[in-house]
Amino acid sequence: MFSLSPLEIEAVQLSLKVSLWAVAISLPFGIAVAWVLARCEFPGKPLFDALIHVPLVVPPVVIGYLLLILLGRNGAVGGWLYETFGVTVAFSWQGAAVAAAVMAFPLMVRAIRLSIEAIDTRLEQAARTLGAGPVDVFFSVTLPLAGSGIVVGVILAFARALGEFGATITFVSAIPGETTTLPVALYGLAQVPGQEGSAIRLVILSIVIAFAAMFISEVIARRVRRRISGA
Amino acid sequence: MTVSVNIRKTLGALTIDAWFESAGGVTALFGKSGAGKTSIVQMLAGLMTPDNGQISIDGTPVYDSATGLNLAPERRQVGYVFQDARLFPHMNVRRNLEYGKRRSRSPSRNRQSTSTGTGAKFDDVVDVLAIGPLLDRQPHLLSGGEKQRVALGRALLSAPRLLLMDEPLAALDAERKWEVLPFIDRIQRDFGTPVVYVSHSIEEILLIADTLVLIANGGVSAAGPVEDVLNRPDLLRAAGDGNAGSVISVQATHLDPAYGIATLAFAGGEFRVTAPDLTIGERLRIRVRARDVSLATQRPENVSVLNVFEGTVSNVPTTHGPQVDVSVDVGGAIIWSQITRKSFDDLALQPGSTVFAMVKAVAIDRPAGAGAP
Repeated sequence: MFSLSPLEIEAVQLSLKVSLWAVAISLPFGIAVAWVLARCEFPGKPLFDALIHVPLVVPPVVIGYLLLILLGRNGAVGGWLYETFGVTVAFSWQGAAVAAAVMAFPLMVRAIRLSIEAIDTRLEQAARTLGAGPVDVFFSVTLPLAGSGIVVGVILAFARALGEFGATITFVSAIPGETTTLPVALYGLAQVPGQEGSAIRLVILSIVIAFAAMFISEVIARRVRRRISGA
Repeated sequence: MTVSVNIRKTLGALTIDAWFESAGGVTALFGKSGAGKTSIVQMLAGLMTPDNGQISIDGTPVYDSATGLNLAPERRQVGYVFQDARLFPHMNVRRNLEYGKRRSRSPSRNRQSTSTGTGAKFDDVVDVLAIGPLLDRQPHLLSGGEKQRVALGRALLSAPRLLLMDEPLAALDAERKWEVLPFIDRIQRDFGTPVVYVSHSIEEILLIADTLVLIANGGVSAAGPVEDVLNRPDLLRAAGDGNAGSVISVQATHLDPAYGIATLAFAGGEFRVTAPDLTIGERLRIRVRARDVSLATQRPENVSVLNVFEGTVSNVPTTHGPQVDVSVDVGGAIIWSQITRKSFDDLALQPGSTVFAMVKAVAIDRPAGAGAP
């Protein structure tokens, strides 16, 4: 009764692919930046902090436009990428993933940073006296104890990436089968008279996916927390 | 020398300037809180860097400002038991114990070292510390005493050349302390790892320490064998011990179960104390607080005090407060008495005066747990 049309399946698959990749590529950087912000003091730290948070406060369209200037085939970075490796991310699903990653990055960093700041650094000291070097301490103590924050950061970023619209449509436009993620497809349908039924189906789909993601995250975060504190 | 320390470090208003050596066994650092004890052990562990000086452990320099040597904590092979156990909350007891063991330097690399070297075996440590039943538990399910025993085991299994303990019992209530203290003593005897033990409890030090280093205002005011240093009440008071007095080695020679009184022989006679749970022949150290000792110039008669010793005054007090410390030589043993300056003058005491020192049996600290070999 509720079978999906090929177009809907395509939009869902594309959305999931773009969001998962967005999270996957930003996670290592997110953890690194969160650690630096939580543990390091250096001149220019407030500026660095502000820069990380720019996508949170600037209109998404602006970010999309900046990405176009930077990563477009004629852009500063994009041109070099195209000439050296023959690759371009503009107007492709990879571009959509990059846009989603940039927009979701501050949320991910915030959640992970908070959980790293909450770790008792005296545990890390204890690990050092037991023979663990700084890198070893990071992977054996810091990272596992930041586990719940990392899960939260990943889910927040994933949800934000699923809903990304402004930067995506500005940077990679709405190319059917390539960049028509759920929000982009929904926006397209909303522009066409007589497609209200199809639009509603996409709205419901979006809500279901978002709820499922939040539910799964809550279950995982709970499990991680229980493993650490037994709460 | 197992441990040799000569360091300086300025920390705000406190300047640490510490120099001491230890040949092994248990070396206790005693002093008021804020005297710099914790900073000293942190510098031994490499968690804090001195301004200048030298530290060597087991004959190997680990810090030397002259050559720029400053080994990272993980390369010093120094175990550290903190006041709060600092167990890793995301690992069960077994994995906590294995954490240091897996990272300990391989036996071949420290074969040249003279002491512990290869470290203790997992099963032996679990056995000695009686933590077998806890292995699969998470740290938050353990009592304070159990946590500290696991922390001890974890440090021991990292094959340390030196074990630092920073008030490991301070966070425990009196009963829990007795769940841990005997184990510290056993570790020393069973595994031979030298220990530097920070404490502000003379009772703990009496029971387990061989060498005592008094720390006051960042400096070392006295260092030496426990009994020598503990028989200097002036120094102990400066280090923050209001219960200063004499420490006397005794042996239980007679028990009177009807009254719950034990007779303890020492160089100058016999002490009678309330200690029903001793066994004959047991050797221990008792502590007689100077403020619990009164003096008389004639043998007192018809008094309730069980311990009256004839002796001679062996020092003249050098301080000028309202109270003075007088040392009385009783057959070679020194018993300190804290009396008022007024009494001192009224009795016209001087070196060589014959006095009778009186100690109430109930005033002598119950020789807790014994154990000291």
